[in-house]
Amino acid sequence: MRGTFLSRGFIGKHRQDGPPDRVPPGQYVTDDFPVLSAGPTPRTPLERWSFEINGLVRQPVRWSWAEFLRLPSQRYTVDIHCVTKWSKLNTVWEGISIDTLLESVEIDPNAHYVLAFCDGGYTTNIPLMEIVDGKAFIGYQYDGAPLAPEHGGPARLVVPALYFWKSAKWMRGLTLMEDDRSGFWESLGYNNHGDPWKEERYYGDRTD
Amino acid sequence: MATELIKEEVLPRLLEWQISTVVKVRQETSSVKTFTLALPHWTPHKAGQHYDVRLTAPDGYQAQRSYSIGSNPEQRGVVDLTVERLEEGEVSTYLHDILIVGDQVELRGPIGGYFVWEANQGGPLLLVAGGSGIVPLMAMIRHRKATGSTVPARLLYSSRKYEDIIYREELDHLHKENTGLEVFHTLTRGQPEGWPGYSRRIDLKMLEEVAKPFRDNLKAYICGPTALVEGVADGLVRLGIPASQVRTERFGPTGGS
Repeated sequence: MRGTFLSRGFIGKHRQDGPPDRVPPGQYVTDDFPVLSAGPTPRTPLERWSFEINGLVRQPVRWSWAEFLRLPSQRYTVDIHCVTKWSKLNTVWEGISIDTLLESVEIDPNAHYVLAFCDGGYTTNIPLMEIVDGKAFIGYQYDGAPLAPEHGGPARLVVPALYFWKSAKWMRGLTLMEDDRSGFWESLGYNNHGDPWKEERYYGDRTD
Repeated sequence: MATELIKEEVLPRLLEWQISTVVKVRQETSSVKTFTLALPHWTPHKAGQHYDVRLTAPDGYQAQRSYSIGSNPEQRGVVDLTVERLEEGEVSTYLHDILIVGDQVELRGPIGGYFVWEANQGGPLLLVAGGSGIVPLMAMIRHRKATGSTVPARLLYSSRKYEDIIYREELDHLHKENTGLEVFHTLTRGQPEGWPGYSRRIDLKMLEEVAKPFRDNLKAYICGPTALVEGVADGLVRLGIPASQVRTERFGPTGGS
């Protein structure tokens, strides 16, 4: 259907918003940082916060907040794309690579997927291959300051290559799994994978 | 019919783009219009859901935005999308300034499975809206009425001025009908003489007053600008409402990072 229907009188006034190789189809660039969450913002005190890797690993591992901050971190500058159509370019984070976290566990070769779990009960599922090799991190600073609670603080997952609902807020850990299992939005009509360049927004969307 | 519903629950439908026709345009306030769109492949939505609208320019350039459905699913064959005109907006300005009855609009939906309320979910219902955040809540209110639901419901609606209240006459009418829906307005930027409602931003005291009769077992739906939604959701949690009973939908610029 693409290309066949024209909206009478529509020209489009924001098309120069961003370089086309940085802005996926159907997205617009914003300088804002919109907040979208399904419920109240959880506020877990840092002394009760922990991050855990469990599931298909030889020995689950868990870090306290203080231990977590001692892990080697990196500065990341990434573009983020929300399924609600906004994109934000050049966001700057400080965070810990998922690769660094996974160095602490022995992964079962049958592990192919992860389920991210969070304060507030939110979950999201991602193929393991898509969060390793530098493709994802746990961000705890945004723009040089501690990540604000409404944006997922104290720490959120950031997976720039997927729509931003995959970048779970209020992260508490990852469960490694053999079989895929739908997370929160994935079981409520949103796409299982969520590649913005293929516009995988909703259930069944695919361009390939 | 029953099998159809079950099928919908278990297997989400593929959301195909379709070309709707504008059958009615209604000016709600100076900056808000409701577009009634007839859909060739209409499917019943759940109150609270939205549609994605896609505009295409002659050179193939496209822009998409999501708009909440204001109508209830009992209104068959058409959906009402109530849209606020944002000066900087690319899609809302087109809809407001160009679109007239008879025009066609490409859209797909209904979308969203969490910020929804169906009469059989029961209540009591606490609805809190800021500005055009009223739209998905209005679908719930209309659905409640259309199904003859007696679930107690209270709407707390924050607008800037009296003239900015969307669906004002219909809300007044529903309130006076005495069917268990009570409407509480607050106006944050000026009030008419003798205004009987609240005259400030929603705060904990106001929330407590409105939510009081429903304490603890209410189902809350909050929709509006981020600051309002954050404040109200935090407030309800502080008043002892379990977070799992508070559903939120946020929109609009945050005014900061």
